[in-house]
Amino acid sequence: MKKYRWDILVIALLLLVSVSLVLILNLTKTDGRFVVVEIDGKVSSEYPLSQNGTFPLNGGTNTLVIEDGKAYLINSSCPDHTCERTGKIHYVGQSIVCLPNRLSVTVRGESDESGPDLIS
Amino acid sequence: MKTGTKKLTALALTISFAMILSYIESRLPTFVAVPGIKIGLANIAVIFSLYKFGIKESLTVSIIRIVLISLLFGSPISMLYGLAGGILSLVAMILLKRFTPLKEVAISVCGGVLHNVGQIGMASILLSTNVILYYLPFLLLSGTVAGIVVGIVSALLIKRIRI
Repeated sequence: MKKYRWDILVIALLLLVSVSLVLILNLTKTDGRFVVVEIDGKVSSEYPLSQNGTFPLNGGTNTLVIEDGKAYLINSSCPDHTCERTGKIHYVGQSIVCLPNRLSVTVRGESDESGPDLIS
Repeated sequence: MKTGTKKLTALALTISFAMILSYIESRLPTFVAVPGIKIGLANIAVIFSLYKFGIKESLTVSIIRIVLISLLFGSPISMLYGLAGGILSLVAMILLKRFTPLKEVAISVCGGVLHNVGQIGMASILLSTNVILYYLPFLLLSGTVAGIVVGIVSALLIKRIRI
């Protein structure tokens, strides 16, 4: 086992860091109140999660659905449909991303707040 | 190993092995809703080539695999995305193998984690937003666990297969 001392140390350290980060995210999560739609990195629209509805985004490349306080995307024009498989989001900071259409939907607590900053 | 036909054939086989692994992985259902989450099976072939052939050859295997897989099943965007992750991860693995006492498993774990970091980074650049950084902790965790499995398989292959 001595041969693998450094391997075990590195792996244990990575597991420790990632598990604690995931735990922190899970313990501090709060329900969001708005979703912000960004296209090409610019905020294009906002929708309250309290209001059910179906909204075409980005000229129809994706459709945003808000239902029972949760948001999800349907009808993506791209081939991989990752955004549809991401599922429903409602915690602050969660987001759905569609890379081919350069579009993202992010849950926010307040309409004009930038959300938790994970880098700092 | 002698250069020439034998090496060319062995490298070609390794690349096709990497492509088959990528294809199998693309058919697996994603069980967690995190963008970018994956096992990184193709990394088995990349680590294998790094140990059996060398630095130049592993770069060849990695880049050719990503380009071919994107042409066959993906898009120009998935190519950019894959190259960012693949090259970052491979460069890190090369450096770790050269300058640290780490063995296959830890190298594979670091490679897997950095693959995710590279992809998230590229996605952030492409979308000009940092919203996906939210998923980084989940990708760190999944990358570490998947990297352990990939590393063990790679170590077995490196030990058992002679070229």
